[in-house]
Amino acid sequence: MPDFLLEIGLEEVPARMLASAQAELLKRTVALLTREQLISADPVAHSYSTPRRLAVLVKDVLSQQPDITEETTGPAVKIAFKEGVPTPAAEAFARKSGVAVSELKTISTPKGDYLAATTLKRGRTTAEVLAAELPKEIAAIYWAKNMYWRPGKPERFVRPVLWLACLLGEEVVPVTFAGKTAGRATYGHRVLSTGDPFEIVSPQSYLAQLEGEYVLADVEVRRQKIRKALDKVTREIPNARWREDHPLVDAVTHLTEWPDVVLGNFEPAYLELPEEVLVTVMRDHQKYFAVEDASGKLAAHFLTVTNIALDEVNTPIIKQGNERVLRARFNDARFFWEFDQRTPLADRVKLLEHVTFQKELGSYAKKSERVRALAATLAAIATSRGATLDTSAIEAAATLAKTDLTTDLVKEFTELQGIIGGLYARSQGLPATVADAIYDQYLPASASDAIPRSAEGAILGLADRIDTIANMFALGMEPTGSKDPFALRRAANAIVKILAESTLPLTLSDVLAAAAPTSEVASKLVAFFHERIDFYLREARGQAYDVVKAAVAAGTDDLHDLVARAEAVTAARGSEDFLAVSAAFKRMKNILTQAHAKGDIASSIVDHDLLLDPAEKLLAVTASAAASAIEELQRERNYGEALRVIATLRQSIDDFFDKVMVMSPEDDIRANRLALLNRTLEDLSRVADFSEIVTAG
Amino acid sequence: MPSVVEKKKALTFQELLFTLQRFWAEHGCVLQQPYDLEVGAGTMSPDTFLRVLGPKPISIAYAQPSRRPADGRYGENPNRLFRHTQLQVILKPPPERVQELYLESLVAIGIDLRQHDIKFEEDNWEWPVGGAWGVGWQVMLDGQEITQFTYFQQCGGMDLDPISGEITYGLERIAQFLQDLDSIYDIVWSRDPVTGRELTYGEVRLHEEQQFSAYSFDYADVPSLWKHLELYEAECLALLARAKETLVEENTDALAVLRFPVLGAYELALKCSHTFNLLDARGAISVTERVGVMARIRNLIVGVAKIYAEQGRLTAAA
Repeated sequence: MPDFLLEIGLEEVPARMLASAQAELLKRTVALLTREQLISADPVAHSYSTPRRLAVLVKDVLSQQPDITEETTGPAVKIAFKEGVPTPAAEAFARKSGVAVSELKTISTPKGDYLAATTLKRGRTTAEVLAAELPKEIAAIYWAKNMYWRPGKPERFVRPVLWLACLLGEEVVPVTFAGKTAGRATYGHRVLSTGDPFEIVSPQSYLAQLEGEYVLADVEVRRQKIRKALDKVTREIPNARWREDHPLVDAVTHLTEWPDVVLGNFEPAYLELPEEVLVTVMRDHQKYFAVEDASGKLAAHFLTVTNIALDEVNTPIIKQGNERVLRARFNDARFFWEFDQRTPLADRVKLLEHVTFQKELGSYAKKSERVRALAATLAAIATSRGATLDTSAIEAAATLAKTDLTTDLVKEFTELQGIIGGLYARSQGLPATVADAIYDQYLPASASDAIPRSAEGAILGLADRIDTIANMFALGMEPTGSKDPFALRRAANAIVKILAESTLPLTLSDVLAAAAPTSEVASKLVAFFHERIDFYLREARGQAYDVVKAAVAAGTDDLHDLVARAEAVTAARGSEDFLAVSAAFKRMKNILTQAHAKGDIASSIVDHDLLLDPAEKLLAVTASAAASAIEELQRERNYGEALRVIATLRQSIDDFFDKVMVMSPEDDIRANRLALLNRTLEDLSRVADFSEIVTAG
Repeated sequence: MPSVVEKKKALTFQELLFTLQRFWAEHGCVLQQPYDLEVGAGTMSPDTFLRVLGPKPISIAYAQPSRRPADGRYGENPNRLFRHTQLQVILKPPPERVQELYLESLVAIGIDLRQHDIKFEEDNWEWPVGGAWGVGWQVMLDGQEITQFTYFQQCGGMDLDPISGEITYGLERIAQFLQDLDSIYDIVWSRDPVTGRELTYGEVRLHEEQQFSAYSFDYADVPSLWKHLELYEAECLALLARAKETLVEENTDALAVLRFPVLGAYELALKCSHTFNLLDARGAISVTERVGVMARIRNLIVGVAKIYAEQGRLTAAA
């Protein structure tokens, strides 16, 4: 069977969009061929991309759909024939089926006899199917940003389509999209190839032919070539290694068709600038890899990934050009670094009056005031619970935290806000606790990021974010759907992570109560944070959906406690006893709900004199013993043991359900049994609501 | 370290300009002179901003001195200028394989593509004040951004059809690159063909950078600038109001439609934009005010774009 190849030739596609577009083209092509019954259930398919092309190759594609024999049912025989003569209904059905009335047959169904026709649905050729269907799939590929280019605006795509190549085996499939009809011609590297098109012989020869024209279409091959070249070039410097940076490797892989690496140098004098600034210039502005020495210290070299074949002539030229650019950028950074220092952070507090935080919330000076007060409140609560905090450092850090917004260096490198403030604080002789808190104030920026290193930094991070969130909510600017222009969800995620992962003895309600201006805002915040807590447990902690529901039902205020409970439930959920108890809890809950619906409101006070059956007496004793044991274990957050205690109740619960009829006709007995169940549920649900755990069967 | 570039062979600043202009003229562009008002970029010249509107095809190229008062550094920073020079090319509609054409222009100015690393990296352009945006690339040559390449999609808040391709060369950066220099001020601007005497960029322009930096940062009179802004704005608004009466289907006076000074209104809007930039450089605009003033200028510029499109429609129909 022939292989299938599609290549879409494009003007340079943004690097950030290539990986997902390539995957989507593969998915859509395979789905189409599967839908049209042109490939096996387990097809072999590959996709490729460079900045100038997207391609997909599918092995063993039928060149023709199979013919399908279909039986269609028509009108009832008694309608189709009147006194043996076909009626218009019979004739219409025959016409529709493409057969003569005499060729129709009769089938018996439970509803009576019906006419039926056997028709042969001819399969289309693969070329026909693709010509009709493939353009729709190409057009449907998602791009983060699209453009029009042809007059009349017939279609949008990421960049203008320059050519299409489409082959089934060695035959061209003339698919048409964006005014281009596919042939077998493609193009090599912009500069290294001739610039003239050449013909792809067959899908199997595609990769090798492109490689002959200086294009490595396989992304993984390119990535490996880049990594090897980075290694090789770095070996020129003794004891040095390039600094691993997966997102950067990704970016340069998607920016090149024929990658290689040039090593450049800069004057060691620039190493006096903070490493953060140097690395940002290299990585974010120039896409250069940093080089470090054996101890991990930045070395005065950089690596740039090129899209050209290197030789003795062009290597020094390219090296020199890149070195000049970097020198200019480092010079600028040095100029800003020195210039900013002429106005110390303390003198910049006043300047914050002119920097707007948000129209209705005023300047950053005002915000800093609020954050300072909030941080003091939170610090006082934490101290009252035994935390040791440098409160004067917190005050100083909160006062100075935003002053770096007035520096030229932050205006130039906005991604370094906070970090630059911390660096200036350190360089201006402020205590390390203050400088570190300022430096870490935007941590964590994502779920995988670390939290601030110090408790003082954590307090500042909490205060800054809850101020923003609470005030935005008070203004009615909470996130809705996909709209979150002030990134409040991210800010709340950070608060949850800090509360869960720092050692601060603070709860969610401490933080919310300190900032919420009204009770209405407070209740909105609680709902908002519940979503973020769910998200944190699932995304950052990898907890299953049902475990999260179960653990959250037993309280969300103390996040340390919540995490410990969720993790214990996850660890225990594999055990058979635990699952049996979960199922039993579900049953108990159902009984209580049904009783409630009938007007039996369960109390939680059990009258031991009314317990008649040995099984219910046993449950009352074991459950009450378990409850006190759990209370003790909860204090130590030893939830693993607490769950083991709960699991030991399996036997007495099972016996209870086997032998005792809860819904006794005698009112007082029934009420007492409901109370026993209710009490047991209440006592044991302090760890988690086990009825939420999904059990098989 | 000795340079690996043969400096004598590199084009002077003025040769660079000649060569690019000749290149694009040979590829069908009308060569226009620089626009004689202060603009921050070649895009703001009516030859770009207004001509990309409407259906009429055009290919046009011009050098555009571009003033950015806040970017001035008193001539002390070797890489930053108050006024730099762009070579602006507008191709409406863009021809197929316009990137190849662009690369040919680099060859024309002496860049051997096999000896350099060239990349087209995503860079989308947006000018909110003009209601304009497009998608495209920054062209990187050995790590230096030398050109902004944009497919205009919207202008004055209106969808464009056909779209335009815009190529903006940063001439100082390219000259610096060709001549392998660390400072813009060392660029050889011209070389006397008889005596071989060279004049540098610094000799030609440094005093401008010094004085205009001083003017923008230290001397420009803030109350007067606010007054200028208000006067220009008021006159522009008055013209926009009159356009609403004049540029209408029912107006049978074809000459009045044709002569209505949309271009004059545009100049007033540009004056406002430059005045705003001066106030900004003077530090006279707080962040709070900033949004408001920008909205005022947007109102003017988008307003002019709308009446320009309307005038074009009416005169084409006539």
